[in-house]
Amino acid sequence: MSRPIVSDFRLLAAAGLLSLFGVAMVYSAGQTDTPTAVATVYKSQILWLLIGLGFAYAVGHSSVRFIEWMTTPLYLLSIVLLGLTLVIGKGAGTAASTKSWLAIGSHRIGQPSEIAKVTVVLMLAKVLANQRETPRSLLDLWKPAIVVGIPWLIIMLQPDLGTGIVFIGIFFAMLFWAGVAWPLLILIASPAISLILSFSVGLWGAWFFILLALVLWYRPYLIEGIVLMVLNVATGVIAPMMWEKLAPYQQNRLKVFIDPSADPRASGYHVIQSKVAIGSGGFFGKGFTLGTQKRLAFLPEQHTDFIFSVVGEELGFLGVTIALALFLWLFLRITQIAERANDSYSSLVAFGLMSSWFVHVLVNVGMTLNLMPITGIPLPFFSYGGSFMLASWLAVGILMRISGEGRGSALSLRR
Amino acid sequence: MSFHPNDVARRARMSSMALSIGFVLLVGAFFKTQVIQYKQYVMQSEENRLRPIPLPAPRGIIYDRHGEVIAENLPAYSVSITAPSVDSLRSALAQLAPTLQLGQNDINNAIRRYRRAPTRPTVVLADASIDIVSVLEEHRLDFPRLIIQSVPKRYYPDGPSVASFVGYTGEITESDLNDPKYVNYKPGQQIGKAGLEKQYEAILHGKEGVRFDEVDARGRPVRGEGPRPDLNPEGAPPLYTNIDLDLQKFMVGIFADSLQGGAIAIDPNTGEVLGLYSAPSWDPNKFTGGIPVEYYKQLLDDKRRPLVNKAIQGTYPPGSTFKLATSIIGLEDGVVGIHEHMPVSCTGGYQFGNRYFRCWEKKGHGSLDLEGAIKHSCDVYFYQLGLKIGLAKFIAGGIKLTMRDKSGIDLPEETQARWPYAIDYYNKKYGARGWSNAETLNLAIGQGSNSQTVVNMAKLYSAFAAKGVAPRPEIAHLVPQRKQIFTLNTQQDSIVLEGLKAVLEAGGTAGASAIQGLTLAGKTGTAQNTGGADHGWFVGFAPADKPKIVVAVLLEFGLHGSRAAHIASAIIGHYLKVGPIKATMDEG
Repeated sequence: MSRPIVSDFRLLAAAGLLSLFGVAMVYSAGQTDTPTAVATVYKSQILWLLIGLGFAYAVGHSSVRFIEWMTTPLYLLSIVLLGLTLVIGKGAGTAASTKSWLAIGSHRIGQPSEIAKVTVVLMLAKVLANQRETPRSLLDLWKPAIVVGIPWLIIMLQPDLGTGIVFIGIFFAMLFWAGVAWPLLILIASPAISLILSFSVGLWGAWFFILLALVLWYRPYLIEGIVLMVLNVATGVIAPMMWEKLAPYQQNRLKVFIDPSADPRASGYHVIQSKVAIGSGGFFGKGFTLGTQKRLAFLPEQHTDFIFSVVGEELGFLGVTIALALFLWLFLRITQIAERANDSYSSLVAFGLMSSWFVHVLVNVGMTLNLMPITGIPLPFFSYGGSFMLASWLAVGILMRISGEGRGSALSLRR
Repeated sequence: MSFHPNDVARRARMSSMALSIGFVLLVGAFFKTQVIQYKQYVMQSEENRLRPIPLPAPRGIIYDRHGEVIAENLPAYSVSITAPSVDSLRSALAQLAPTLQLGQNDINNAIRRYRRAPTRPTVVLADASIDIVSVLEEHRLDFPRLIIQSVPKRYYPDGPSVASFVGYTGEITESDLNDPKYVNYKPGQQIGKAGLEKQYEAILHGKEGVRFDEVDARGRPVRGEGPRPDLNPEGAPPLYTNIDLDLQKFMVGIFADSLQGGAIAIDPNTGEVLGLYSAPSWDPNKFTGGIPVEYYKQLLDDKRRPLVNKAIQGTYPPGSTFKLATSIIGLEDGVVGIHEHMPVSCTGGYQFGNRYFRCWEKKGHGSLDLEGAIKHSCDVYFYQLGLKIGLAKFIAGGIKLTMRDKSGIDLPEETQARWPYAIDYYNKKYGARGWSNAETLNLAIGQGSNSQTVVNMAKLYSAFAAKGVAPRPEIAHLVPQRKQIFTLNTQQDSIVLEGLKAVLEAGGTAGASAIQGLTLAGKTGTAQNTGGADHGWFVGFAPADKPKIVVAVLLEFGLHGSRAAHIASAIIGHYLKVGPIKATMDEG
């Protein structure tokens, strides 16, 4: 079977267009009236993109079986690297106090968590694919829980709330794709939901009754049901104490998510300025590189976390819609790849990678409009950053491979 | 694992649906923000990047009655700074302190101004010297947040000559800012602090303009030209005063450096203040843009008290000048006829109870009628007139003659004249049995519980010069106000007038101050001063038959009114262009 250079043109087109769009925005983000170091970062972003394309090409010409064979060592390696960040980690940018960067001396090498997002997807896919039965009870889920739980714990210790959310997103999405029934998914999520609702006694009470009904209807093992209810009560009660344990900046971010004007100078400042930038862009935007909020440095982190605000300010509603449409196109295409994958491992990997990006886009873009809390999560293909660009294109390469090996691959696909 | 193609296809449909819904919601949120709420955010973005720089308005120019300039504006340079936080301001000031020659006080003031209005450029130096400005201009790039502005600065060409009424301007204080009167004022602005500048602040204060600078998030200006047109400041309209600057300067000259006291010249028909001076004076130009500590201390330490305005603030017993009031009260009440002699003729004193009240003339004046009594200022006559009127009526009469009021001159610093409100005043002060009718004798000759400002005495004489109509003295003619305070018939009027005229004739108490070709009318007075030499008074007007000017002069430590009369007659002569003064100065 001859291997074409591009096994899935639509996938490459969507990812490629998004990357070009992103590099252009990183360039624009550097165009401020008072020049800063950001002015030249687009050059390194292009370099990272080229390296990423090389990775994608290489991976795209390996085989899914090789990737599956590499999964466990890669997963273990990324866990080790993540663990190292706790020892020699450094912070950067808005998250200066965290330890998500691996550094030797003062040189930051990369963010292992970006690579871990891919390896965790691979590992989870492998574990789920190897389970003969679809998980029906909480006990059946202990393996997937450990696969995601270990890196998740390390990341929460860094602490990096945003990446933690991505991992949870990946976990649930892949369980869904593996065929886990939705009541079970809700039961798994229930302690966290209790935690969130515990701030309102009424809401939590209502939730508790719904949960009770769900447990009675789904009928998990008795012991599981009891443990679940106990956990829900526990999180519902200890939540206020947990709140006290949060670092002040985390508390602030959550508070500001609820009311951005509560702290207009600090955390709320980001969101307010971002909304002002986006809103003042209007339908057609202020023109490429011409955003005044960005030029005059009102927009913070304009080349990383808030790059989508630059899109909104300079290219307007039109540019935003085009960017989001490209993302949707990419995600629908990957869903298709997952659907047509040859085996369950490939299918789960494809869906897992897509869900990881989807959570990124949802949280990052939502954050620029204050629909999501500020978690310092980057926008795939847009936000400046080498590790994420590499990881993303590595993922594109894997998806290309899966697509190439799948049913109805690029060559034989008729529609 | 259930990876049956049908199951997978179902999940793919579900997730495609979820993805699509998610993106539609996101696009909807952007539509709301960028299309529906567009205007609101555009406004916020404009506010973000445009920093308003206030452009101070020039104060109204103050003119005298002939269009001569009393107060004007000169270009000066102010240095202000914008800062995102107090700490940033502090460090910037520390950096600038050597260049700007800032003291700790300047720094504290700047921080105080910043705290009041952090979004407004904080004035660091209201009036920077050209040397400082040129140094700053050279280092402009090092201090991007510095704003050097050409601002109007108040200037009084005649400085000390006009200080007594024009006052001065200065930076609005913290307590002023708390005053509802100054609700729209901002720290660092200049306001009238005294005199006309304060009185007519609302008129003289122009409307501040605004220039819009485009700034970045750290408040640094990015482009020279404002993206929005400037709102030009609106200068205040000029203030035309009744002051005769030429007369004013003459008054200043006559006091020279040696004499101290207050003088005022009024047109009795209108109340227009032609000149007002308190000697010694001070230089209002030195007060503009912050009073130099040393200069202020020097003024405070000066025993002649230059900061007390002797024309409107100082109160003095009116002495014999008050005998006009005693006469008017007696005549109006009908207790004295125009040719009436008092029972006891003057032998140099008057025995009242167990006390002997002296006349200033030890030799005695003999028996006098009212005209003669006024001419010679005979105390014995007025002791008896006072007793005839009776204390209660006398006090009421004084009140009617506005001896207990402010003259109402349009200056904020005027002190209220002191005069008993009723007999009860004495009961309260000394106890019901602690005083005797001797108080009546004291009041009758302008002593006792009677203390008048120069301007209030000028008002009384203006009323006499204008047939009982007292005009409110006005420096700027805005709201003329006149009030009939007494009514005398023609005969009564002419008798008193003759008496006042006789004062300035040979044998009168101010005979030496007569002017050839001009009939003056007036009265000398001696204000007893327990703390030192007596103060000398003169209040008078001319021409006697058709008065055009009333002049009141008080010479502190002037001993007797004749020297004050000499000054007053010189002022009158200068104003009416008559002279030269006939007699030389001599004590009489």
